[in-house]
Amino acid sequence: MKPRIKVNNLWKEYGDQVVLERINLEVPAGEFCTIVGASGCGKTTFLRLLLGEEAPTRGQILLDGAPLPAEPGPDRGIVFQRYSVFPHLTVLRNVMLGLELRAAPLMGRLFGSARREAREQARQMLDAVGLGQSLDKYPDALSGGMQQRLALAQSLVMQPEILLLDEPFGALDPGIRADMHQLVRKLWRENDLTVFMITHDLKEGFSLGTRLLVFDKLRHDPQAPQAYGAGITYDLPVERAGQRELAEIAAEVAESEALMSSEACSVEQSKNRGMNP
Amino acid sequence: MKRFINRHPSRGTALFLGLLPFVLLVVLYAVASDVRLTENPNDKLLPSFTTLGETIHRLAFEPSKRSGDIELWVDTWASLRRLGEGVGAAALIGLVFGVGLGALPLVRAGLAPFVASLSLIPPLALLPILFIVFGLEELSKVVLIVFGIAPVIVRSLQQRVQELPREQLIKAQTLAASTWQIILRVILPQVLPRLIDAVRLSLGAAWLFLIAAEAVAATEGLGYRIFLVRRYLAMDVILPYVAWITLLAYVSDLGLKQLSRLLFPWYHGKEGQA
Repeated sequence: MKPRIKVNNLWKEYGDQVVLERINLEVPAGEFCTIVGASGCGKTTFLRLLLGEEAPTRGQILLDGAPLPAEPGPDRGIVFQRYSVFPHLTVLRNVMLGLELRAAPLMGRLFGSARREAREQARQMLDAVGLGQSLDKYPDALSGGMQQRLALAQSLVMQPEILLLDEPFGALDPGIRADMHQLVRKLWRENDLTVFMITHDLKEGFSLGTRLLVFDKLRHDPQAPQAYGAGITYDLPVERAGQRELAEIAAEVAESEALMSSEACSVEQSKNRGMNP
Repeated sequence: MKRFINRHPSRGTALFLGLLPFVLLVVLYAVASDVRLTENPNDKLLPSFTTLGETIHRLAFEPSKRSGDIELWVDTWASLRRLGEGVGAAALIGLVFGVGLGALPLVRAGLAPFVASLSLIPPLALLPILFIVFGLEELSKVVLIVFGIAPVIVRSLQQRVQELPREQLIKAQTLAASTWQIILRVILPQVLPRLIDAVRLSLGAAWLFLIAAEAVAATEGLGYRIFLVRRYLAMDVILPYVAWITLLAYVSDLGLKQLSRLLFPWYHGKEGQA
Protein backbone atom coordinates (compact mmCIF):
# COMPACT_ATOMS: atom_id res chain seq x y z
CA MET A 1 0.00 0.00 0.00
CA LYS A 2 1.25 3.49 -0.83
CA PRO A 3 1.85 5.62 2.22
CA ARG A 4 -0.44 8.62 2.64
CA ILE A 5 2.50 10.81 3.65
CA LYS A 6 6.07 10.15 2.64
CA VAL A 7 8.87 12.46 3.70
CA ASN A 8 12.17 12.17 1.80
CA ASN A 9 15.34 13.53 3.39
CA LEU A 10 13.70 16.77 4.49
CA TRP A 11 15.73 19.80 5.62
CA LYS A 12 14.48 23.15 6.75
CA GLU A 13 16.81 26.08 7.29
CA TYR A 14 16.25 29.74 8.05
CA GLY A 15 19.39 31.54 6.96
CA ASP A 16 22.23 29.73 8.73
CA GLN A 17 19.94 28.25 11.35
CA VAL A 18 19.12 24.62 10.68
CA VAL A 19 15.76 23.71 12.20
CA LEU A 20 15.12 20.26 10.78
CA GLU A 21 17.56 17.85 9.20
CA ARG A 22 17.39 14.48 7.52
CA ILE A 23 13.76 13.73 8.22
CA ASN A 24 12.55 10.51 6.62
CA LEU A 25 9.10 9.23 7.37
CA GLU A 26 6.37 7.08 5.94
CA VAL A 27 2.90 7.30 7.37
CA PRO A 28 0.14 5.01 6.06
CA ALA A 29 -3.47 6.18 5.90
CA GLY A 30 -5.34 5.94 9.17
CA GLU A 31 -2.31 6.43 11.43
CA PHE A 32 -2.62 8.72 14.45
CA CYS A 33 0.83 10.25 15.01
CA THR A 34 1.59 12.23 18.12
CA ILE A 35 4.65 14.45 17.94
CA VAL A 36 6.54 15.38 21.08
CA GLY A 37 9.82 17.14 21.74
CA ALA A 38 11.43 20.02 23.58
CA SER A 39 10.16 23.48 22.73
CA GLY A 40 12.03 25.03 19.86
CA CYS A 41 12.97 21.68 18.32
CA GLY A 42 11.02 22.15 15.10
CA LYS A 43 7.78 20.30 15.81
CA THR A 44 5.69 23.24 14.69
CA THR A 45 7.95 23.85 11.71
CA PHE A 46 7.35 20.26 10.65
CA LEU A 47 3.60 20.77 10.92
CA ARG A 48 3.82 23.96 8.88
CA LEU A 49 5.66 22.05 6.19
CA LEU A 50 2.90 19.42 6.16
CA LEU A 51 0.36 22.22 6.00
CA GLY A 52 2.12 23.77 3.01
CA GLU A 53 2.52 27.08 4.81
CA GLU A 54 6.28 26.75 4.43
CA ALA A 55 8.41 25.07 1.80
CA PRO A 56 11.24 22.64 2.65
CA THR A 57 14.79 23.84 2.00
CA ARG A 58 15.77 20.40 0.77
CA GLY A 59 13.92 17.14 0.27
CA GLN A 60 10.24 16.73 -0.36
CA ILE A 61 6.94 15.64 1.10
CA LEU A 62 4.68 13.38 -0.92
CA LEU A 63 0.95 13.20 -0.33
CA ASP A 64 -0.48 9.99 -1.81
CA GLY A 65 2.61 9.79 -4.03
CA ALA A 66 2.34 13.33 -5.44
CA PRO A 67 4.36 16.33 -4.23
CA LEU A 68 2.51 18.27 -1.55
CA PRO A 69 0.87 21.48 -2.83
CA ALA A 70 2.87 24.55 -1.81
CA GLU A 71 -0.02 26.17 0.06
CA PRO A 72 -2.71 25.06 2.51
CA GLY A 73 -5.70 23.31 1.01
CA PRO A 74 -8.90 21.46 1.88
CA ASP A 75 -7.23 18.02 1.89
CA ARG A 76 -5.38 18.96 5.11
CA GLY A 77 -7.49 20.27 7.97
CA ILE A 78 -5.89 22.16 10.84
CA VAL A 79 -6.75 23.03 14.42
CA PHE A 80 -4.42 25.48 16.15
CA GLN A 81 -4.11 26.10 19.85
CA ARG A 82 -6.04 29.36 19.40
CA TYR A 83 -7.68 31.57 16.76
CA SER A 84 -8.92 28.67 14.65
CA VAL A 85 -12.53 29.87 14.51
CA PHE A 86 -14.00 33.02 13.02
CA PRO A 87 -15.24 35.45 15.67
CA HIS A 88 -17.72 37.17 13.34
CA LEU A 89 -19.67 34.01 12.55
CA THR A 90 -22.00 32.05 14.79
CA VAL A 91 -21.16 28.46 15.64
CA LEU A 92 -23.38 27.07 12.89
CA ARG A 93 -22.05 29.49 10.28
CA ASN A 94 -18.47 28.75 11.24
CA VAL A 95 -19.08 25.14 10.23
CA MET A 96 -21.15 26.02 7.18
CA LEU A 97 -18.40 28.32 5.91
CA GLY A 98 -16.25 25.61 4.32
CA LEU A 99 -19.22 24.04 2.56
CA GLU A 100 -20.30 27.43 1.26
CA LEU A 101 -16.81 28.37 0.07
CA ARG A 102 -16.40 25.10 -1.79
CA ALA A 103 -19.77 25.30 -3.55
CA ALA A 104 -19.94 29.04 -4.33
CA PRO A 105 -16.66 30.35 -5.74
CA LEU A 106 -17.93 33.84 -6.48
CA MET A 107 -20.24 34.75 -3.62
CA GLY A 108 -18.92 32.40 -0.95
CA ARG A 109 -22.53 31.98 0.16
CA LEU A 110 -25.28 29.49 -0.52
CA PHE A 111 -28.99 30.18 -0.94
CA GLY A 112 -32.20 28.19 -0.95
CA SER A 113 -32.08 24.41 -0.85
CA ALA A 114 -28.28 24.24 -1.16
CA ARG A 115 -28.07 26.41 1.93
CA ARG A 116 -30.52 24.20 3.82
CA GLU A 117 -28.48 21.15 2.91
CA ALA A 118 -25.24 22.74 4.10
CA ARG A 119 -26.98 23.83 7.27
CA GLU A 120 -28.18 20.29 7.92
CA GLN A 121 -24.72 18.84 7.29
CA ALA A 122 -23.14 21.40 9.60
CA ARG A 123 -25.72 20.69 12.27
CA GLN A 124 -24.94 16.96 12.19
CA MET A 125 -21.23 17.67 12.48
CA LEU A 126 -21.88 19.96 15.45
CA ASP A 127 -24.03 17.30 17.10
CA ALA A 128 -21.12 14.88 16.69
CA VAL A 129 -18.76 17.18 18.60
CA GLY A 130 -21.38 17.99 21.24
CA LEU A 131 -22.17 21.56 20.22
CA GLY A 132 -25.72 20.90 19.04
CA GLN A 133 -27.10 23.21 21.72
CA SER A 134 -24.98 26.26 20.86
CA LEU A 135 -25.66 26.78 17.16
CA ASP A 136 -26.43 30.50 17.32
CA LYS A 137 -23.75 31.58 19.78
CA TYR A 138 -20.71 33.56 18.75
CA PRO A 139 -17.32 31.94 19.54
CA ASP A 140 -16.62 34.63 22.12
CA ALA A 141 -19.43 33.20 24.24
CA LEU A 142 -17.91 29.69 24.19
CA SER A 143 -15.41 28.22 26.63
CA GLY A 144 -11.95 27.28 25.40
CA GLY A 145 -12.89 23.60 25.12
CA MET A 146 -16.04 24.38 23.18
CA GLN A 147 -14.09 26.61 20.80
CA GLN A 148 -11.72 23.72 20.08
CA ARG A 149 -14.71 21.42 19.49
CA LEU A 150 -16.00 24.01 17.04
CA ALA A 151 -12.62 24.21 15.32
CA LEU A 152 -12.63 20.41 14.93
CA ALA A 153 -16.16 20.40 13.49
CA GLN A 154 -15.23 23.21 11.12
CA SER A 155 -12.30 21.21 9.73
CA LEU A 156 -13.98 17.81 9.64
CA VAL A 157 -17.06 18.95 7.75
CA MET A 158 -14.72 19.32 4.76
CA GLN A 159 -13.82 15.61 5.05
CA PRO A 160 -10.05 16.13 4.86
CA GLU A 161 -7.73 13.15 4.44
CA ILE A 162 -5.28 14.52 6.94
CA LEU A 163 -5.97 16.35 10.17
CA LEU A 164 -3.18 18.45 11.67
CA LEU A 165 -3.44 19.43 15.33
CA ASP A 166 -1.01 22.01 16.72
CA GLU A 167 -1.19 21.66 20.51
CA PRO A 168 -4.97 21.78 20.25
CA PHE A 169 -5.57 21.17 23.96
CA GLY A 170 -2.59 23.06 25.31
CA ALA A 171 -4.75 25.86 26.73
CA LEU A 172 -7.43 23.63 28.26
CA ASP A 173 -8.01 22.40 31.82
CA PRO A 174 -6.96 18.79 32.49
CA GLY A 175 -10.54 17.56 32.98
CA ILE A 176 -11.73 19.03 29.72
CA ARG A 177 -8.62 17.69 28.04
CA ALA A 178 -9.65 14.12 28.86
CA ASP A 179 -13.04 14.69 27.22
CA MET A 180 -11.33 16.12 24.18
CA HIS A 181 -9.06 13.08 23.90
CA GLN A 182 -12.09 10.82 23.70
CA LEU A 183 -13.68 13.10 21.14
CA VAL A 184 -10.60 13.22 18.94
CA ARG A 185 -10.22 9.44 19.03
CA LYS A 186 -13.88 9.04 18.12
CA LEU A 187 -13.65 11.50 15.23
CA TRP A 188 -10.43 9.90 14.01
CA ARG A 189 -12.08 6.46 13.82
CA GLU A 190 -15.35 7.63 12.35
CA ASN A 191 -13.89 9.90 9.68
CA ASP A 192 -11.07 7.69 8.44
CA LEU A 193 -8.44 10.32 9.18
CA THR A 194 -4.69 10.39 9.23
CA VAL A 195 -3.81 12.57 12.20
CA PHE A 196 -0.64 14.44 13.13
CA MET A 197 -0.86 15.97 16.56
CA ILE A 198 1.79 18.08 18.25
CA THR A 199 1.62 18.01 22.01
CA HIS A 200 3.59 19.39 24.87
CA ASP A 201 2.02 16.93 27.25
CA LEU A 202 4.16 13.79 27.13
CA LYS A 203 1.44 11.67 28.69
CA GLU A 204 -0.91 12.77 25.95
CA GLY A 205 1.71 11.89 23.35
CA PHE A 206 2.32 8.44 24.88
CA SER A 207 -1.30 7.41 25.12
CA LEU A 208 -3.49 9.15 22.58
CA GLY A 209 -2.29 8.04 19.17
CA THR A 210 -1.06 4.92 17.44
CA ARG A 211 2.44 6.13 16.74
CA LEU A 212 4.84 8.33 18.63
CA LEU A 213 7.35 10.62 16.91
CA VAL A 214 9.98 12.29 19.08
CA PHE A 215 11.80 15.31 17.66
CA ASP A 216 15.20 16.14 19.09
CA LYS A 217 18.62 17.31 18.03
CA LEU A 218 20.89 14.49 16.98
CA ARG A 219 24.05 16.52 17.29
CA HIS A 220 24.96 19.46 19.47
CA ASP A 221 27.62 22.09 18.94
CA PRO A 222 27.80 24.22 22.08
CA GLN A 223 29.66 26.96 20.17
CA ALA A 224 27.03 27.18 17.43
CA PRO A 225 23.70 25.82 18.64
CA GLN A 226 21.99 26.78 15.40
CA ALA A 227 24.33 24.70 13.23
CA TYR A 228 22.45 21.44 13.66
CA GLY A 229 18.74 20.85 13.33
CA ALA A 230 16.42 18.36 14.94
CA GLY A 231 15.54 14.99 13.54
CA ILE A 232 13.23 12.19 14.55
CA THR A 233 14.96 10.36 17.42
CA TYR A 234 12.20 7.89 18.22
CA ASP A 235 9.50 6.55 15.93
CA LEU A 236 7.56 3.78 17.59
CA PRO A 237 4.08 2.30 17.79
CA VAL A 238 2.46 3.49 20.98
CA GLU A 239 0.90 0.21 22.13
CA ARG A 240 4.18 -1.69 21.86
CA ALA A 241 6.27 0.92 23.65
CA GLY A 242 7.17 -0.27 27.14
CA GLN A 243 7.09 1.83 30.27
CA ARG A 244 10.88 1.87 30.39
CA GLU A 245 11.14 3.26 26.90
CA LEU A 246 8.62 5.97 27.62
CA ALA A 247 10.43 6.99 30.81
CA GLU A 248 13.65 7.13 28.84
CA ILE A 249 12.07 9.40 26.22
CA ALA A 250 10.59 11.67 28.88
CA ALA A 251 14.01 12.05 30.48
CA GLU A 252 15.66 12.82 27.15
CA VAL A 253 13.11 15.41 26.21
CA ALA A 254 13.53 17.12 29.59
CA GLU A 255 17.31 17.05 29.22
CA SER A 256 17.13 18.47 25.72
CA GLU A 257 14.76 21.18 26.93
CA ALA A 258 17.27 22.20 29.62
CA LEU A 259 20.15 22.06 27.17
CA MET A 260 18.33 24.20 24.65
CA SER A 261 17.40 26.87 27.12
CA SER A 262 21.00 27.08 28.34
CA GLU A 263 22.18 27.26 24.73
CA ALA A 264 19.69 30.02 24.06
CA CYS A 265 21.22 31.81 27.05
CA SER A 266 24.75 31.40 25.82
CA VAL A 267 23.75 32.66 22.38
CA GLU A 268 22.21 35.71 24.03
CA GLN A 269 25.36 36.24 26.05
CA SER A 270 27.67 35.99 23.08
CA LYS A 271 25.43 38.40 21.20
CA ASN A 272 25.60 40.82 24.09
CA ARG A 273 29.35 40.46 24.27
CA GLY A 274 29.55 41.15 20.56
CA MET A 275 27.66 44.36 21.06
CA ASN A 276 29.87 45.62 23.87
CA PRO A 277 33.48 44.94 22.86
CA MET B 1 -11.71 54.33 53.78
CA LYS B 2 -11.06 52.66 50.46
CA ARG B 3 -8.33 53.87 48.17
CA PHE B 4 -9.44 56.39 45.58
CA ILE B 5 -8.73 54.02 42.68
CA ASN B 6 -11.26 51.59 44.19
CA ARG B 7 -14.06 54.05 44.72
CA HIS B 8 -16.72 53.90 42.00
CA PRO B 9 -19.61 56.37 41.70
CA SER B 10 -23.20 55.14 41.74
CA ARG B 11 -25.32 55.79 38.65
CA GLY B 12 -26.81 58.93 40.13
CA THR B 13 -23.46 60.28 41.28
CA ALA B 14 -21.92 59.52 37.91
CA LEU B 15 -24.69 61.43 36.15
CA PHE B 16 -24.31 64.35 38.54
CA LEU B 17 -20.52 64.43 38.12
CA GLY B 18 -20.90 64.21 34.35
CA LEU B 19 -23.30 67.14 34.19
CA LEU B 20 -21.37 69.27 36.65
CA PRO B 21 -18.79 70.77 34.24
CA PHE B 22 -21.55 71.72 31.80
CA VAL B 23 -23.58 73.40 34.51
CA LEU B 24 -20.48 75.18 35.80
CA LEU B 25 -19.67 76.45 32.32
CA VAL B 26 -23.19 77.83 31.85
CA VAL B 27 -23.16 79.51 35.27
CA LEU B 28 -19.72 80.96 34.66
CA TYR B 29 -20.84 82.29 31.31
CA ALA B 30 -24.02 83.81 32.77
CA VAL B 31 -22.08 85.61 35.50
CA ALA B 32 -19.35 86.87 33.18
CA SER B 33 -21.89 88.03 30.60
CA ASP B 34 -23.88 89.82 33.27
CA VAL B 35 -20.83 91.60 34.62
CA ARG B 36 -19.79 92.82 31.16
CA LEU B 37 -23.29 93.89 30.16
CA THR B 38 -23.88 95.95 33.34
CA GLU B 39 -20.63 97.73 32.55
CA ASN B 40 -21.47 98.30 28.90
CA PRO B 41 -24.94 97.34 27.59
CA ASN B 42 -23.62 97.31 23.99
CA ASP B 43 -20.93 94.74 24.71
CA LYS B 44 -20.93 92.08 21.97
CA LEU B 45 -18.43 89.65 23.36
CA LEU B 46 -20.63 87.68 25.78
CA PRO B 47 -24.26 88.23 24.79
CA SER B 48 -26.95 87.49 27.37
CA PHE B 49 -29.06 84.34 27.18
CA THR B 50 -32.02 86.46 26.06
CA THR B 51 -30.05 87.83 23.11
CA LEU B 52 -28.75 84.36 22.29
CA GLY B 53 -32.31 82.98 22.42
CA GLU B 54 -33.63 85.70 20.12
CA THR B 55 -30.80 85.16 17.64
CA ILE B 56 -31.28 81.40 17.66
CA HIS B 57 -34.98 81.87 17.03
CA ARG B 58 -34.25 84.23 14.13
CA LEU B 59 -31.65 81.90 12.60
CA ALA B 60 -33.56 78.68 13.00
CA PHE B 61 -37.17 79.66 12.40
CA GLU B 62 -37.42 82.96 10.52
CA PRO B 63 -36.62 83.36 6.81
CA SER B 64 -33.64 85.64 6.27
CA LYS B 65 -34.60 89.11 5.06
CA ARG B 66 -31.86 89.03 2.45
CA SER B 67 -32.42 85.62 0.83
CA GLY B 68 -35.75 84.41 2.16
CA ASP B 69 -34.15 81.14 3.33
CA ILE B 70 -33.94 79.94 6.90
CA GLU B 71 -30.20 80.35 7.34
CA LEU B 72 -29.43 77.72 9.95
CA TRP B 73 -31.03 74.93 7.95
CA VAL B 74 -29.49 76.00 4.66
CA ASP B 75 -26.09 76.14 6.30
CA THR B 76 -26.58 72.84 8.11
CA TRP B 77 -27.75 71.03 5.01
CA ALA B 78 -24.89 72.38 2.89
CA SER B 79 -22.26 71.44 5.47
CA LEU B 80 -23.67 68.01 6.25
CA ARG B 81 -23.86 67.16 2.57
CA ARG B 82 -20.23 68.08 2.01
CA LEU B 83 -19.20 66.23 5.13
CA GLY B 84 -21.25 63.16 4.23
CA GLU B 85 -19.92 63.00 0.70
CA GLY B 86 -16.34 63.53 1.82
CA VAL B 87 -16.44 61.04 4.67
CA GLY B 88 -18.36 58.50 2.57
CA ALA B 89 -15.85 58.67 -0.25
CA ALA B 90 -12.94 58.50 2.20
CA ALA B 91 -14.48 55.45 3.91
CA LEU B 92 -14.91 53.67 0.57
CA ILE B 93 -11.34 54.47 -0.48
CA GLY B 94 -10.15 53.43 2.96
CA LEU B 95 -11.92 50.11 2.75
CA VAL B 96 -10.76 49.21 -0.76
CA PHE B 97 -7.14 50.26 -0.30
CA GLY B 98 -6.90 49.25 3.34
CA VAL B 99 -8.04 45.71 2.59
CA GLY B 100 -5.92 45.54 -0.57
CA LEU B 101 -2.80 46.73 1.23
CA GLY B 102 -3.42 44.58 4.26
CA ALA B 103 -4.35 41.35 2.53
CA LEU B 104 -2.17 41.25 -0.58
CA PRO B 105 1.62 41.44 -0.14
CA LEU B 106 2.08 42.41 -3.79
CA VAL B 107 -0.24 45.42 -3.46
CA ARG B 108 1.44 46.34 -0.20
CA ALA B 109 4.88 46.26 -1.77
CA GLY B 110 3.66 48.48 -4.58
CA LEU B 111 1.54 51.01 -2.74
CA ALA B 112 2.48 51.21 0.95
CA PRO B 113 5.39 53.68 0.57
CA PHE B 114 3.27 55.83 -1.74
CA VAL B 115 0.33 55.95 0.67
CA ALA B 116 2.68 56.69 3.58
CA SER B 117 4.11 59.66 1.64
CA LEU B 118 0.67 60.92 0.64
CA SER B 119 -0.49 60.87 4.24
CA LEU B 120 2.37 63.17 5.23
CA ILE B 121 1.26 66.02 2.94
CA PRO B 122 -0.56 68.60 5.07
CA PRO B 123 -4.01 68.67 3.44
CA LEU B 124 -4.56 72.37 4.08
CA ALA B 125 -1.43 73.16 2.09
CA LEU B 126 -3.21 71.55 -0.86
CA LEU B 127 -6.30 73.71 -0.50
CA PRO B 128 -5.17 76.34 -3.06
CA ILE B 129 -4.37 73.58 -5.54
CA LEU B 130 -7.78 72.01 -4.98
CA PHE B 131 -9.48 75.36 -5.55
CA ILE B 132 -7.49 75.88 -8.74
CA VAL B 133 -8.11 72.38 -10.07
CA PHE B 134 -11.66 71.70 -8.90
CA GLY B 135 -13.01 75.25 -8.77
CA LEU B 136 -14.54 77.04 -5.83
CA GLU B 137 -17.70 74.94 -5.82
CA GLU B 138 -18.60 71.83 -3.84
CA LEU B 139 -16.07 69.44 -5.32
CA SER B 140 -12.96 71.10 -3.94
CA LYS B 141 -14.37 71.06 -0.40
CA VAL B 142 -15.32 67.41 -0.63
CA VAL B 143 -11.92 66.52 -2.08
CA LEU B 144 -10.19 68.34 0.77
CA ILE B 145 -12.06 66.21 3.31
CA VAL B 146 -11.26 63.04 1.37
CA PHE B 147 -7.65 63.98 1.08
CA GLY B 148 -7.47 64.87 4.73
CA ILE B 149 -8.90 61.70 6.21
CA ALA B 150 -8.66 58.91 3.61
CA PRO B 151 -4.93 58.19 4.17
CA VAL B 152 -5.51 57.79 7.89
CA ILE B 153 -8.42 55.41 7.31
CA VAL B 154 -6.44 53.44 4.72
CA ARG B 155 -3.51 52.95 7.05
CA SER B 156 -5.65 52.14 10.02
CA LEU B 157 -7.58 49.48 8.11
CA GLN B 158 -4.42 48.06 6.61
CA GLN B 159 -3.11 47.62 10.12
CA ARG B 160 -6.34 45.99 11.29
CA VAL B 161 -6.19 43.52 8.40
CA GLN B 162 -2.58 42.66 9.16
CA GLU B 163 -3.48 42.14 12.80
CA LEU B 164 -5.91 39.35 11.95
CA PRO B 165 -4.38 36.16 13.35
CA ARG B 166 -2.34 34.22 10.80
CA GLU B 167 -4.23 31.15 12.02
CA GLN B 168 -7.50 32.47 10.62
CA LEU B 169 -6.12 32.97 7.13
CA ILE B 170 -4.53 29.51 7.13
CA LYS B 171 -7.73 27.98 8.44
CA ALA B 172 -9.74 29.63 5.67
CA GLN B 173 -7.36 28.16 3.10
CA THR B 174 -7.88 24.70 4.53
CA LEU B 175 -11.60 25.34 4.04
CA ALA B 176 -10.95 25.70 0.29
CA ALA B 177 -11.16 29.51 0.24
CA SER B 178 -9.70 31.45 -2.70
CA THR B 179 -8.08 34.86 -2.20
CA TRP B 180 -11.32 36.53 -3.23
CA GLN B 181 -13.37 34.41 -0.85
CA ILE B 182 -10.99 35.09 2.02
CA ILE B 183 -11.36 38.82 1.42
CA LEU B 184 -15.14 38.55 1.05
CA ARG B 185 -15.98 36.22 3.93
CA VAL B 186 -13.12 36.48 6.40
CA ILE B 187 -11.42 39.86 6.10
CA LEU B 188 -14.17 42.23 4.98
CA PRO B 189 -16.76 41.34 7.64
CA GLN B 190 -14.10 41.63 10.34
CA VAL B 191 -12.81 45.04 9.26
CA LEU B 192 -16.21 46.68 8.70
CA PRO B 193 -16.69 47.47 12.41
CA ARG B 194 -13.12 48.72 12.46
CA LEU B 195 -13.95 50.94 9.50
CA ILE B 196 -16.69 52.50 11.59
CA ASP B 197 -14.18 53.02 14.40
CA ALA B 198 -11.75 54.66 12.01
CA VAL B 199 -14.47 56.92 10.60
CA ARG B 200 -15.54 57.93 14.10
CA LEU B 201 -11.98 58.88 14.95
CA SER B 202 -11.55 60.92 11.78
CA LEU B 203 -14.83 62.83 12.04
CA GLY B 204 -13.12 65.55 14.06
CA ALA B 205 -10.53 66.05 11.34
CA ALA B 206 -13.26 65.97 8.69
CA TRP B 207 -15.08 68.87 10.41
CA LEU B 208 -11.81 70.76 10.64
CA PHE B 209 -11.20 70.49 6.91
CA LEU B 210 -14.82 71.27 6.10
CA ILE B 211 -14.85 74.47 8.13
CA ALA B 212 -11.47 75.52 6.80
CA ALA B 213 -12.65 75.08 3.21
CA GLU B 214 -15.92 76.87 3.90
CA ALA B 215 -14.14 79.73 5.60
CA VAL B 216 -12.04 80.34 2.50
CA ALA B 217 -14.65 80.06 -0.22
CA ALA B 218 -18.35 79.28 0.09
CA THR B 219 -21.75 80.89 -0.19
CA GLU B 220 -23.39 78.91 2.57
CA GLY B 221 -22.41 76.43 5.27
CA LEU B 222 -21.82 76.43 8.99
CA GLY B 223 -18.15 77.35 8.68
CA TYR B 224 -18.93 80.01 6.10
CA ARG B 225 -21.47 81.66 8.44
CA ILE B 226 -19.15 81.73 11.43
CA PHE B 227 -16.37 83.36 9.46
CA LEU B 228 -18.81 85.75 7.76
CA VAL B 229 -20.28 87.18 10.96
CA ARG B 230 -16.88 87.28 12.66
CA ARG B 231 -16.41 90.65 10.92
CA TYR B 232 -19.32 92.06 12.92
CA LEU B 233 -18.17 90.47 16.16
CA ALA B 234 -21.55 88.68 16.18
CA MET B 235 -20.90 86.34 19.07
CA ASP B 236 -24.65 85.80 19.36
CA VAL B 237 -24.42 83.91 16.04
CA ILE B 238 -21.01 82.33 16.44
CA LEU B 239 -21.62 80.76 19.85
CA PRO B 240 -24.89 78.99 18.89
CA TYR B 241 -23.28 77.81 15.64
CA VAL B 242 -20.32 76.34 17.48
CA ALA B 243 -22.67 74.64 19.93
CA TRP B 244 -24.74 73.32 17.03
CA ILE B 245 -21.68 71.93 15.24
CA THR B 246 -20.62 70.27 18.47
CA LEU B 247 -24.05 68.72 18.85
CA LEU B 248 -24.03 67.47 15.24
CA ALA B 249 -20.59 65.95 15.75
CA TYR B 250 -21.71 64.29 18.97
CA VAL B 251 -24.87 62.87 17.42
CA SER B 252 -23.07 61.50 14.36
CA ASP B 253 -20.47 59.84 16.58
CA LEU B 254 -23.19 58.31 18.75
CA GLY B 255 -25.12 57.22 15.66
CA LEU B 256 -22.10 55.42 14.23
CA LYS B 257 -21.45 53.72 17.56
CA GLN B 258 -25.03 52.47 17.75
CA LEU B 259 -24.93 51.36 14.11
CA SER B 260 -21.82 49.32 14.84
CA ARG B 261 -23.47 47.66 17.85
CA LEU B 262 -26.53 46.86 15.80
CA LEU B 263 -24.69 45.46 12.78
CA PHE B 264 -21.76 43.75 14.49
CA PRO B 265 -22.86 42.30 17.81
CA TRP B 266 -19.90 39.89 17.81
CA TYR B 267 -17.45 42.81 17.70
CA HIS B 268 -18.76 44.34 20.86
CA GLY B 269 -18.01 41.20 22.79
CA LYS B 270 -19.99 39.71 25.58
CA GLU B 271 -21.95 42.88 26.25
CA GLY B 272 -23.66 42.46 22.87
CA GLN B 273 -25.32 39.15 23.69
CA ALA B 274 -27.06 37.40 26.53
